[in-house]
Amino acid sequence: MGSMSVTLCGVPLDNPVIPASGTFGYGYEFAQLYDINCLGTFSFKGTTREPRFGNPAPRIAECQGGMLNAVGLQNPGVEAVAARELPRLRECFHKPVMANVSGFSLEDYAYTCAKLDREPQVGWLEVNISCPNVHGGGMSFGTDPKAAASVVRAVKAVTKKPVIMKLTPNVTDIAAVARACEDAGADGLSLINTVQAMRIDLKTRRPLLANGTGGLSGPAVFPVAVRMVYQVYEAVSIPVVGLGGVSSAEDVIEMMLAGATAVQVGAANLRDPYACRDIIAALPAAMERYGIENLQDIIGGAHHG
Amino acid sequence: MKKGIFTIEQNVPLTDSVYRLRLAGDASHVTAPGQFVNIALPELFLRRPISVCDAAPGLLTLIYKTVGKGTEKLAVMSPGQTLDILTGLGNGFDVSLAGKRPLLLGGGIGSAPLYLLARYLRQQGKDVAVVLGFNTKSEVFYEKEFHALGCDVTVTTADGSYGTPGFVTDGLPENYSFYYACGPEPMLRAVYERAAGSGQMSFEARMGCGFGACMGCTRQTLAGPKRVCRDGPVFRKEEILWEA
Repeated sequence: MGSMSVTLCGVPLDNPVIPASGTFGYGYEFAQLYDINCLGTFSFKGTTREPRFGNPAPRIAECQGGMLNAVGLQNPGVEAVAARELPRLRECFHKPVMANVSGFSLEDYAYTCAKLDREPQVGWLEVNISCPNVHGGGMSFGTDPKAAASVVRAVKAVTKKPVIMKLTPNVTDIAAVARACEDAGADGLSLINTVQAMRIDLKTRRPLLANGTGGLSGPAVFPVAVRMVYQVYEAVSIPVVGLGGVSSAEDVIEMMLAGATAVQVGAANLRDPYACRDIIAALPAAMERYGIENLQDIIGGAHHG
Repeated sequence: MKKGIFTIEQNVPLTDSVYRLRLAGDASHVTAPGQFVNIALPELFLRRPISVCDAAPGLLTLIYKTVGKGTEKLAVMSPGQTLDILTGLGNGFDVSLAGKRPLLLGGGIGSAPLYLLARYLRQQGKDVAVVLGFNTKSEVFYEKEFHALGCDVTVTTADGSYGTPGFVTDGLPENYSFYYACGPEPMLRAVYERAAGSGQMSFEARMGCGFGACMGCTRQTLAGPKRVCRDGPVFRKEEILWEA
Protein backbone atom coordinates (compact mmCIF):
# COMPACT_ATOMS: atom_id res chain seq x y z
CA MET A 1 0.00 0.00 0.00
CA GLY A 2 1.53 3.27 -1.16
CA SER A 3 1.13 6.67 0.38
CA MET A 4 -1.10 9.57 -0.62
CA SER A 5 0.55 11.99 1.79
CA VAL A 6 2.36 15.11 0.60
CA THR A 7 3.97 18.05 2.35
CA LEU A 8 2.81 21.55 1.47
CA CYS A 9 5.12 24.36 2.61
CA GLY A 10 6.33 22.25 5.51
CA VAL A 11 2.88 21.19 6.66
CA PRO A 12 1.99 17.52 6.06
CA LEU A 13 -1.25 16.57 4.32
CA ASP A 14 -2.79 13.08 4.50
CA ASN A 15 -3.62 13.44 0.82
CA PRO A 16 -3.31 16.24 -1.75
CA VAL A 17 -7.05 16.90 -2.20
CA ILE A 18 -8.22 20.35 -1.07
CA PRO A 19 -11.67 21.86 -1.72
CA ALA A 20 -11.07 25.25 -3.30
CA SER A 21 -12.09 28.53 -1.76
CA GLY A 22 -15.63 29.66 -2.50
CA THR A 23 -16.93 26.17 -3.18
CA PHE A 24 -16.87 24.81 0.37
CA GLY A 25 -18.01 27.67 2.60
CA TYR A 26 -16.43 27.33 6.03
CA GLY A 27 -16.77 23.55 5.88
CA TYR A 28 -19.66 22.88 8.20
CA GLU A 29 -22.33 22.63 5.48
CA PHE A 30 -20.38 19.69 4.04
CA ALA A 31 -19.64 18.21 7.47
CA GLN A 32 -23.36 17.38 7.66
CA LEU A 33 -22.85 15.11 4.64
CA TYR A 34 -19.61 13.32 5.44
CA ASP A 35 -16.63 13.45 7.77
CA ILE A 36 -14.60 16.22 6.16
CA ASN A 37 -11.50 15.11 8.08
CA CYS A 38 -10.85 12.80 5.12
CA LEU A 39 -9.69 15.91 3.22
CA GLY A 40 -6.06 16.96 2.96
CA THR A 41 -7.28 20.34 4.13
CA PHE A 42 -9.69 22.88 2.65
CA SER A 43 -9.49 26.50 1.66
CA PHE A 44 -12.27 28.49 3.25
CA LYS A 45 -14.44 31.16 1.65
CA GLY A 46 -12.49 34.24 0.53
CA THR A 47 -12.39 36.63 3.47
CA THR A 48 -11.97 40.40 3.37
CA ARG A 49 -11.39 43.11 5.97
CA GLU A 50 -14.99 44.38 5.82
CA PRO A 51 -18.20 42.38 5.26
CA ARG A 52 -19.19 42.21 1.59
CA PHE A 53 -22.59 41.51 0.06
CA GLY A 54 -21.06 40.78 -3.33
CA ASN A 55 -22.53 41.37 -6.77
CA PRO A 56 -26.20 41.65 -7.79
CA ALA A 57 -28.06 38.61 -9.20
CA PRO A 58 -27.80 36.72 -11.43
CA ARG A 59 -24.37 35.63 -10.27
CA ILE A 60 -24.28 32.21 -11.93
CA ALA A 61 -24.33 31.05 -15.55
CA GLU A 62 -23.58 27.75 -17.21
CA CYS A 63 -21.71 26.57 -20.30
CA GLN A 64 -20.53 23.35 -21.89
CA GLY A 65 -18.30 21.67 -19.35
CA GLY A 66 -18.47 24.32 -16.72
CA MET A 67 -19.96 27.39 -15.15
CA LEU A 68 -19.42 31.10 -14.70
CA ASN A 69 -19.70 32.88 -11.38
CA ALA A 70 -19.66 36.51 -10.42
CA VAL A 71 -20.31 36.20 -6.71
CA GLY A 72 -17.95 39.07 -5.92
CA LEU A 73 -16.41 37.86 -2.66
CA GLN A 74 -19.52 37.77 -0.52
CA ASN A 75 -18.32 37.15 3.04
CA PRO A 76 -19.10 38.38 6.57
CA GLY A 77 -15.71 40.10 7.05
CA VAL A 78 -12.70 38.90 9.00
CA GLU A 79 -14.00 39.82 12.47
CA ALA A 80 -17.14 37.74 12.00
CA VAL A 81 -15.15 34.93 10.42
CA ALA A 82 -12.87 34.76 13.46
CA ALA A 83 -15.73 35.13 15.96
CA ARG A 84 -18.43 33.03 14.32
CA GLU A 85 -17.24 30.84 11.45
CA LEU A 86 -13.92 29.50 12.73
CA PRO A 87 -15.34 28.18 16.03
CA ARG A 88 -17.96 26.24 14.01
CA LEU A 89 -15.28 25.05 11.59
CA ARG A 90 -13.14 23.85 14.50
CA GLU A 91 -15.96 21.59 15.70
CA CYS A 92 -16.07 19.59 12.48
CA PHE A 93 -12.52 19.84 11.10
CA HIS A 94 -9.46 18.96 13.14
CA LYS A 95 -6.59 19.64 10.75
CA PRO A 96 -4.84 22.86 9.75
CA VAL A 97 -7.09 24.86 7.42
CA MET A 98 -6.15 27.13 4.53
CA ALA A 99 -7.33 30.70 5.08
CA ASN A 100 -8.22 32.46 1.83
CA VAL A 101 -7.81 36.22 1.96
CA SER A 102 -8.75 38.94 -0.50
CA GLY A 103 -8.35 42.69 -0.45
CA PHE A 104 -8.57 46.01 -2.21
CA SER A 105 -5.35 47.59 -0.94
CA LEU A 106 -2.04 46.48 0.58
CA GLU A 107 -3.36 47.61 3.97
CA ASP A 108 -6.46 45.42 3.55
CA TYR A 109 -4.39 42.35 2.77
CA ALA A 110 -2.03 42.98 5.69
CA TYR A 111 -4.88 43.70 8.13
CA THR A 112 -6.86 40.57 7.26
CA CYS A 113 -3.79 38.33 7.19
CA ALA A 114 -2.60 39.67 10.55
CA LYS A 115 -6.00 38.81 12.07
CA LEU A 116 -6.00 35.31 10.63
CA ASP A 117 -2.35 34.78 11.58
CA ARG A 118 -3.56 34.70 15.20
CA GLU A 119 -5.91 31.78 14.53
CA PRO A 120 -4.16 28.59 15.63
CA GLN A 121 -6.03 26.38 13.16
CA VAL A 122 -4.87 28.39 10.15
CA GLY A 123 -2.04 26.40 8.57
CA TRP A 124 -1.53 28.48 5.43
CA LEU A 125 -2.64 31.88 4.19
CA GLU A 126 -3.82 31.68 0.61
CA VAL A 127 -3.76 35.23 -0.70
CA ASN A 128 -6.13 35.83 -3.59
CA ILE A 129 -4.71 38.35 -6.06
CA SER A 130 -6.87 36.93 -8.81
CA CYS A 131 -10.58 37.51 -8.25
CA PRO A 132 -11.99 38.61 -11.63
CA ASN A 133 -15.31 39.74 -10.19
CA VAL A 134 -14.44 42.77 -8.08
CA HIS A 135 -13.32 46.23 -9.09
CA GLY A 136 -10.20 47.97 -7.86
CA GLY A 137 -8.75 44.92 -6.12
CA GLY A 138 -8.31 41.21 -6.53
CA MET A 139 -7.12 40.54 -10.04
CA SER A 140 -5.61 43.99 -10.55
CA PHE A 141 -2.83 42.92 -8.14
CA GLY A 142 -2.35 39.59 -9.85
CA THR A 143 -1.89 40.82 -13.41
CA ASP A 144 1.20 42.92 -12.68
CA PRO A 145 4.37 41.26 -11.31
CA LYS A 146 5.37 44.36 -9.32
CA ALA A 147 1.93 44.76 -7.72
CA ALA A 148 1.84 41.04 -6.93
CA ALA A 149 5.25 41.28 -5.24
CA SER A 150 4.08 44.24 -3.16
CA VAL A 151 1.18 42.18 -1.80
CA VAL A 152 3.57 39.33 -0.92
CA ARG A 153 5.83 41.73 1.02
CA ALA A 154 2.88 43.36 2.83
CA VAL A 155 1.57 39.98 3.91
CA LYS A 156 4.91 38.37 4.79
CA ALA A 157 5.56 41.30 7.12
CA VAL A 158 2.59 40.33 9.33
CA THR A 159 2.70 36.53 9.43
CA LYS A 160 5.06 33.65 10.05
CA LYS A 161 2.62 31.19 8.49
CA PRO A 162 3.26 29.94 4.96
CA VAL A 163 1.91 32.37 2.38
CA ILE A 164 0.48 30.90 -0.82
CA MET A 165 -0.32 33.43 -3.53
CA LYS A 166 -3.37 32.53 -5.65
CA LEU A 167 -2.71 33.54 -9.24
CA THR A 168 -4.98 34.51 -12.09
CA PRO A 169 -4.82 32.88 -15.53
CA ASN A 170 -5.91 36.18 -17.10
CA VAL A 171 -2.35 37.21 -17.97
CA THR A 172 -0.05 36.70 -20.93
CA ASP A 173 2.91 35.49 -18.85
CA ILE A 174 1.94 33.71 -15.65
CA ALA A 175 5.55 32.63 -15.09
CA ALA A 176 6.59 36.27 -14.68
CA VAL A 177 3.98 36.85 -11.94
CA ALA A 178 4.96 33.56 -10.31
CA ARG A 179 8.67 34.50 -10.26
CA ALA A 180 7.89 37.95 -8.86
CA CYS A 181 5.95 36.35 -6.00
CA GLU A 182 8.75 33.88 -5.29
CA ASP A 183 11.38 36.63 -5.33
CA ALA A 184 9.27 38.69 -2.88
CA GLY A 185 9.20 35.80 -0.41
CA ALA A 186 6.05 33.79 -1.17
CA ASP A 187 6.14 30.27 0.25
CA GLY A 188 3.91 28.76 -2.42
CA LEU A 189 1.58 29.50 -5.32
CA SER A 190 -1.90 28.28 -6.19
CA LEU A 191 -3.32 28.43 -9.69
CA ILE A 192 -5.51 28.93 -11.57
CA ASN A 193 -8.32 31.14 -10.36
CA THR A 194 -11.23 31.41 -12.80
CA VAL A 195 -10.88 32.49 -16.42
CA GLN A 196 -12.65 35.74 -17.20
CA ALA A 197 -15.67 34.92 -19.34
CA MET A 198 -19.13 36.04 -20.48
CA ARG A 199 -22.46 34.63 -21.62
CA ILE A 200 -25.13 36.64 -23.42
CA ASP A 201 -28.87 36.06 -23.06
CA LEU A 202 -30.36 35.73 -26.56
CA LYS A 203 -33.76 36.97 -25.40
CA THR A 204 -32.62 40.16 -23.70
CA ARG A 205 -29.45 40.55 -25.85
CA ARG A 206 -27.55 41.52 -22.72
CA PRO A 207 -24.85 39.76 -20.70
CA LEU A 208 -26.45 37.04 -18.63
CA LEU A 209 -24.56 37.89 -15.45
CA ALA A 210 -25.54 41.13 -13.75
CA ASN A 211 -21.82 41.87 -13.40
CA GLY A 212 -21.34 41.47 -17.15
CA THR A 213 -18.31 39.22 -16.90
CA GLY A 214 -17.72 36.31 -14.58
CA GLY A 215 -15.13 33.64 -13.91
CA LEU A 216 -15.20 30.36 -15.82
CA SER A 217 -14.51 27.16 -13.90
CA GLY A 218 -15.16 23.45 -14.30
CA PRO A 219 -13.75 20.78 -16.65
CA ALA A 220 -13.67 23.33 -19.51
CA VAL A 221 -10.64 25.06 -17.94
CA PHE A 222 -8.73 21.94 -16.85
CA PRO A 223 -6.26 21.85 -19.80
CA VAL A 224 -5.54 25.56 -19.36
CA ALA A 225 -4.80 24.95 -15.69
CA VAL A 226 -2.53 21.98 -16.42
CA ARG A 227 -0.58 24.06 -18.94
CA MET A 228 -0.12 26.94 -16.49
CA VAL A 229 0.87 24.69 -13.58
CA TYR A 230 3.42 23.09 -15.91
CA GLN A 231 4.84 26.48 -16.90
CA VAL A 232 4.95 27.81 -13.33
CA TYR A 233 6.60 24.63 -12.03
CA GLU A 234 9.46 25.27 -14.48
CA ALA A 235 9.73 28.93 -13.47
CA VAL A 236 9.89 28.63 -9.66
CA SER A 237 11.18 26.33 -6.95
CA ILE A 238 8.44 26.96 -4.35
CA PRO A 239 5.50 24.48 -4.21
CA VAL A 240 2.56 24.90 -6.55
CA VAL A 241 -1.05 24.05 -5.70
CA GLY A 242 -2.87 23.12 -8.91
CA LEU A 243 -6.53 23.83 -9.50
CA GLY A 244 -8.97 24.46 -12.32
CA GLY A 245 -11.59 21.95 -13.40
CA VAL A 246 -10.26 19.01 -11.41
CA SER A 247 -13.06 16.44 -11.13
CA SER A 248 -11.50 12.99 -10.76
CA ALA A 249 -8.62 11.06 -9.20
CA GLU A 250 -7.03 10.93 -12.68
CA ASP A 251 -7.21 14.73 -12.89
CA VAL A 252 -5.40 14.94 -9.53
CA ILE A 253 -2.61 12.71 -10.85
CA GLU A 254 -2.35 14.72 -14.10
CA MET A 255 -2.13 17.97 -12.17
CA MET A 256 0.62 16.54 -9.94
CA LEU A 257 2.56 15.31 -12.96
CA ALA A 258 2.36 18.88 -14.30
CA GLY A 259 4.01 20.06 -11.08
CA ALA A 260 1.37 20.43 -8.39
CA THR A 261 2.30 19.45 -4.82
CA ALA A 262 -1.38 19.54 -3.84
CA VAL A 263 -4.56 19.86 -5.85
CA GLN A 264 -7.68 21.90 -5.22
CA VAL A 265 -11.15 20.91 -6.36
CA GLY A 266 -13.61 23.74 -6.96
CA ALA A 267 -16.61 23.68 -9.26
CA ALA A 268 -16.96 19.89 -8.95
CA ASN A 269 -18.13 20.39 -5.33
CA LEU A 270 -21.03 22.49 -6.57
CA ARG A 271 -22.36 19.80 -8.90
CA ASP A 272 -21.72 17.05 -6.39
CA PRO A 273 -21.17 17.85 -2.70
CA TYR A 274 -19.46 14.45 -2.29
CA ALA A 275 -16.93 15.12 -5.09
CA CYS A 276 -13.83 15.48 -2.86
CA ARG A 277 -14.70 12.49 -0.69
CA ASP A 278 -15.21 10.37 -3.82
CA ILE A 279 -11.99 11.59 -5.49
CA ILE A 280 -9.98 10.69 -2.36
CA ALA A 281 -11.65 7.27 -2.22
CA ALA A 282 -10.79 6.69 -5.90
CA LEU A 283 -7.13 7.73 -5.60
CA PRO A 284 -5.59 4.45 -4.36
CA ALA A 285 -7.03 2.46 -7.30
CA ALA A 286 -5.98 5.15 -9.78
CA MET A 287 -2.46 5.18 -8.29
CA GLU A 288 -2.25 1.43 -8.67
CA ARG A 289 -3.48 1.60 -12.27
CA TYR A 290 -0.69 4.03 -13.17
CA GLY A 291 2.02 2.31 -11.14
CA ILE A 292 2.31 5.05 -8.52
CA GLU A 293 3.68 3.98 -5.13
CA ASN A 294 3.85 7.35 -3.39
CA LEU A 295 2.02 10.41 -4.69
CA GLN A 296 4.76 12.72 -3.43
CA ASP A 297 7.15 11.07 -5.93
CA ILE A 298 5.18 12.07 -9.05
CA ILE A 299 5.16 15.84 -8.45
CA GLY A 300 6.46 17.41 -11.65
CA GLY A 301 6.94 13.98 -13.19
CA ALA A 302 5.98 15.23 -16.65
CA HIS A 303 9.04 17.49 -16.83
CA HIS A 304 11.87 15.00 -17.01
CA GLY A 305 12.79 14.18 -20.57
CA MET B 1 -29.74 16.84 2.27
CA LYS B 2 -29.17 13.45 0.67
CA LYS B 3 -27.97 12.32 -2.73
CA GLY B 4 -30.01 9.51 -4.20
CA ILE B 5 -30.80 7.71 -7.41
CA PHE B 6 -34.45 7.87 -8.43
CA THR B 7 -36.25 5.92 -11.14
CA ILE B 8 -38.77 7.69 -13.34
CA GLU B 9 -42.20 6.11 -13.00
CA GLN B 10 -44.18 8.71 -14.89
CA ASN B 11 -43.32 11.88 -16.83
CA VAL B 12 -46.49 13.32 -18.34
CA PRO B 13 -47.57 16.74 -19.61
CA LEU B 14 -50.29 18.52 -17.60
CA THR B 15 -50.40 21.47 -20.02
CA ASP B 16 -48.37 22.53 -23.10
CA SER B 17 -45.29 23.26 -21.00
CA VAL B 18 -45.92 21.84 -17.52
CA TYR B 19 -45.02 18.23 -16.70
CA ARG B 20 -45.52 15.94 -13.75
CA LEU B 21 -42.63 13.66 -12.86
CA ARG B 22 -43.22 10.74 -10.50
CA LEU B 23 -40.04 9.21 -9.12
CA ALA B 24 -39.40 6.07 -7.10
CA GLY B 25 -36.61 6.36 -4.54
CA ASP B 26 -35.77 7.39 -1.00
CA ALA B 27 -37.84 10.53 -0.36
CA SER B 28 -37.30 10.45 3.41
CA HIS B 29 -35.07 13.53 3.37
CA VAL B 30 -37.94 15.75 2.31
CA THR B 31 -38.81 17.11 5.73
CA ALA B 32 -41.09 20.07 4.97
CA PRO B 33 -43.41 21.29 2.22
CA GLY B 34 -41.78 24.02 0.14
CA GLN B 35 -38.40 22.29 -0.04
CA PHE B 36 -36.81 21.55 -3.40
CA VAL B 37 -34.59 18.96 -5.04
CA ASN B 38 -31.61 19.46 -7.37
CA ILE B 39 -31.40 17.19 -10.38
CA ALA B 40 -28.22 16.27 -12.29
CA LEU B 41 -28.85 15.96 -16.01
CA PRO B 42 -26.58 14.46 -18.69
CA GLU B 43 -24.17 16.96 -20.30
CA LEU B 44 -25.28 19.83 -18.07
CA PHE B 45 -22.74 21.00 -15.51
CA LEU B 46 -25.13 22.48 -12.97
CA ARG B 47 -28.05 20.66 -11.43
CA ARG B 48 -31.58 21.97 -11.92
CA PRO B 49 -33.58 22.94 -8.81
CA ILE B 50 -37.23 21.85 -8.86
CA SER B 51 -39.75 22.28 -6.05
CA VAL B 52 -41.31 19.24 -4.42
CA CYS B 53 -45.01 18.88 -5.24
CA ASP B 54 -45.58 15.78 -3.14
CA ALA B 55 -43.55 13.24 -1.20
CA ALA B 56 -44.48 9.89 0.33
CA PRO B 57 -42.34 6.96 1.47
CA GLY B 58 -40.50 5.78 -1.65
CA LEU B 59 -42.20 8.29 -3.93
CA LEU B 60 -41.42 11.83 -5.01
CA THR B 61 -43.66 13.96 -7.24
CA LEU B 62 -42.31 17.03 -9.02
CA ILE B 63 -44.11 19.44 -11.32
CA TYR B 64 -41.90 21.46 -13.63
CA LYS B 65 -42.24 23.86 -16.51
CA THR B 66 -40.02 23.68 -19.58
CA VAL B 67 -38.17 26.98 -19.50
CA GLY B 68 -34.71 26.08 -20.81
CA LYS B 69 -32.16 23.40 -21.68
CA GLY B 70 -32.41 21.49 -18.40
CA THR B 71 -36.18 21.19 -18.14
CA GLU B 72 -36.39 20.43 -21.89
CA LYS B 73 -33.99 17.51 -21.39
CA LEU B 74 -36.08 16.37 -18.44
CA ALA B 75 -39.29 16.52 -20.49
CA VAL B 76 -38.08 13.89 -22.98
CA MET B 77 -37.00 11.37 -20.35
CA SER B 78 -38.98 8.15 -20.06
CA PRO B 79 -40.17 5.79 -17.32
CA GLY B 80 -37.39 3.42 -16.24
CA GLN B 81 -34.62 5.99 -16.69
CA THR B 82 -32.79 7.09 -13.54
CA LEU B 83 -31.84 10.49 -12.16
CA ASP B 84 -29.18 11.55 -9.63
CA ILE B 85 -31.01 13.90 -7.26
CA LEU B 86 -30.15 15.85 -4.11
CA THR B 87 -33.23 15.89 -1.88
CA GLY B 88 -34.22 17.78 1.24
CA LEU B 89 -32.91 21.18 0.11
CA GLY B 90 -34.11 24.47 1.51
CA ASN B 91 -36.05 25.37 4.64
CA GLY B 92 -39.63 24.89 3.42
CA PHE B 93 -42.81 26.46 4.74
CA ASP B 94 -43.42 26.66 8.46
CA VAL B 95 -46.79 24.95 8.96
CA SER B 96 -46.90 25.98 12.62
CA LEU B 97 -47.68 29.54 11.56
CA ALA B 98 -50.85 28.61 9.64
CA GLY B 99 -53.59 29.42 12.16
CA LYS B 100 -57.12 28.12 11.59
CA ARG B 101 -57.74 29.27 8.02
CA PRO B 102 -54.50 29.52 6.05
CA LEU B 103 -54.49 30.98 2.56
CA LEU B 104 -52.27 29.51 -0.15
CA LEU B 105 -51.42 31.71 -3.15
CA GLY B 106 -49.80 30.14 -6.21
CA GLY B 107 -48.71 31.81 -9.43
CA GLY B 108 -48.26 29.47 -12.41
CA ILE B 109 -45.65 26.80 -11.74
CA GLY B 110 -45.35 28.27 -8.24
CA SER B 111 -48.56 26.40 -7.42
CA ALA B 112 -46.68 23.07 -7.40
CA PRO B 113 -45.06 23.18 -3.92
CA LEU B 114 -48.33 24.42 -2.39
CA TYR B 115 -49.84 20.98 -3.00
CA LEU B 116 -47.74 19.25 -0.32
CA LEU B 117 -48.31 22.23 1.97
CA ALA B 118 -52.09 21.95 1.45
CA ARG B 119 -51.93 18.23 2.15
CA TYR B 120 -50.03 18.79 5.44
CA LEU B 121 -52.44 21.53 6.50
CA ARG B 122 -55.53 19.48 5.64
CA GLN B 123 -54.12 16.57 7.66
CA GLN B 124 -53.96 18.96 10.61
CA GLY B 125 -57.65 19.76 10.06
CA LYS B 126 -57.08 23.30 8.83
CA ASP B 127 -59.63 25.12 6.73
CA VAL B 128 -57.46 25.77 3.67
CA ALA B 129 -58.21 28.39 1.01
CA VAL B 130 -56.21 28.24 -2.21
CA VAL B 131 -55.95 30.83 -4.97
CA LEU B 132 -54.13 29.69 -8.10
CA GLY B 133 -53.27 32.28 -10.74
CA PHE B 134 -52.52 31.50 -14.38
CA ASN B 135 -52.19 33.50 -17.60
CA THR B 136 -54.92 31.64 -19.46
CA LYS B 137 -57.27 28.65 -19.27
CA SER B 138 -54.94 26.24 -21.10
CA GLU B 139 -52.24 26.77 -18.46
CA VAL B 140 -54.40 25.78 -15.48
CA PHE B 141 -53.26 22.64 -13.64
CA TYR B 142 -54.02 20.89 -10.34
CA GLU B 143 -57.31 22.65 -9.62
CA LYS B 144 -59.01 19.27 -9.18
CA GLU B 145 -56.18 17.88 -7.04
CA PHE B 146 -56.43 20.78 -4.57
CA HIS B 147 -60.22 20.30 -4.52
CA ALA B 148 -59.74 16.62 -3.77
CA LEU B 149 -57.74 17.55 -0.66
CA GLY B 150 -60.80 19.47 0.55
CA CYS B 151 -59.43 22.97 -0.10
CA ASP B 152 -61.58 25.93 -1.04
CA VAL B 153 -60.10 26.63 -4.49
CA THR B 154 -60.27 29.82 -6.56
CA VAL B 155 -58.61 30.01 -9.97
CA THR B 156 -57.77 33.34 -11.59
CA THR B 157 -56.66 33.91 -15.18
CA ALA B 158 -54.99 37.09 -16.35
CA ASP B 159 -56.92 37.06 -19.64
CA GLY B 160 -60.23 36.17 -17.98
CA SER B 161 -60.61 32.95 -20.00
CA TYR B 162 -61.32 30.87 -16.87
CA GLY B 163 -62.35 31.45 -13.27
CA THR B 164 -61.96 34.89 -11.75
CA PRO B 165 -60.47 37.42 -14.19
CA GLY B 166 -57.22 39.01 -13.06
CA PHE B 167 -54.33 38.02 -10.80
CA VAL B 168 -54.18 36.05 -7.54
CA THR B 169 -54.49 39.36 -5.74
CA ASP B 170 -57.93 39.75 -7.37
CA GLY B 171 -59.06 36.49 -5.79
CA LEU B 172 -58.07 37.14 -2.17
CA PRO B 173 -60.71 35.96 0.32
CA GLU B 174 -61.77 38.23 3.16
CA ASN B 175 -60.84 36.08 6.08
CA TYR B 176 -57.66 34.10 6.51
CA SER B 177 -55.26 33.58 9.37
CA PHE B 178 -51.89 33.53 7.54
CA TYR B 179 -50.79 33.31 3.91
CA TYR B 180 -48.23 31.23 2.04
CA ALA B 181 -47.26 32.39 -1.46
CA CYS B 182 -45.13 30.98 -4.25
CA GLY B 183 -44.82 32.39 -7.74
CA PRO B 184 -42.92 34.83 -9.93
CA GLU B 185 -41.41 37.81 -8.11
CA PRO B 186 -43.86 40.44 -9.47
CA MET B 187 -46.71 38.32 -8.10
CA LEU B 188 -45.01 37.97 -4.71
CA ARG B 189 -44.49 41.68 -4.57
CA ALA B 190 -48.15 42.35 -5.38
CA VAL B 191 -49.17 39.90 -2.65
CA TYR B 192 -46.76 41.59 -0.23
CA GLU B 193 -48.34 44.95 -0.95
CA ARG B 194 -52.00 43.93 -1.12
CA ALA B 195 -52.58 40.93 1.13
CA ALA B 196 -53.38 41.80 4.73
CA GLY B 197 -51.65 40.16 7.66
CA SER B 198 -48.52 38.08 7.85
CA GLY B 199 -47.22 35.40 5.55
CA GLN B 200 -44.37 33.44 4.08
CA MET B 201 -43.14 33.61 0.50
CA SER B 202 -41.07 31.19 -1.53
CA PHE B 203 -38.59 32.72 -3.98
CA GLU B 204 -36.96 31.48 -7.14
CA ALA B 205 -33.31 32.14 -7.92
CA ARG B 206 -30.66 31.15 -10.40
CA MET B 207 -28.60 28.78 -8.29
CA GLY B 208 -25.14 27.32 -8.48
CA CYS B 209 -25.01 24.46 -6.01
CA GLY B 210 -28.45 24.58 -4.35
CA PHE B 211 -27.08 23.66 -0.90
CA GLY B 212 -25.43 26.78 0.46
CA ALA B 213 -21.83 26.50 -0.69
CA CYS B 214 -21.37 28.90 -3.59
CA MET B 215 -23.23 32.08 -2.57
CA GLY B 216 -24.64 32.23 -6.11
CA CYS B 217 -28.25 32.90 -5.11
CA THR B 218 -27.86 35.37 -2.25
CA ARG B 219 -30.66 37.86 -1.68
CA GLN B 220 -30.51 40.90 0.56
CA THR B 221 -33.06 40.82 3.41
CA LEU B 222 -33.81 42.96 6.44
CA ALA B 223 -31.96 40.30 8.44
CA GLY B 224 -28.85 40.52 6.24
CA PRO B 225 -27.74 38.56 3.17
CA LYS B 226 -29.52 35.21 2.86
CA ARG B 227 -28.92 32.30 0.52
CA VAL B 228 -32.20 31.50 -1.26
CA CYS B 229 -31.15 27.83 -1.50
CA ARG B 230 -30.19 27.28 2.12
CA ASP B 231 -31.68 30.05 4.29
CA GLY B 232 -34.75 30.05 1.98
CA PRO B 233 -36.36 29.57 -0.43
CA VAL B 234 -39.13 30.50 2.01
CA PHE B 235 -38.86 33.84 3.81
CA ARG B 236 -41.09 35.57 6.33
CA LYS B 237 -42.87 38.62 4.96
CA GLU B 238 -41.26 40.68 7.73
CA GLU B 239 -37.70 40.01 6.52
CA ILE B 240 -38.21 40.56 2.79
CA LEU B 241 -36.50 43.43 1.00
CA TRP B 242 -37.44 44.30 -2.59
CA GLU B 243 -35.02 45.68 -5.13
CA ALA B 244 -36.02 49.15 -6.24
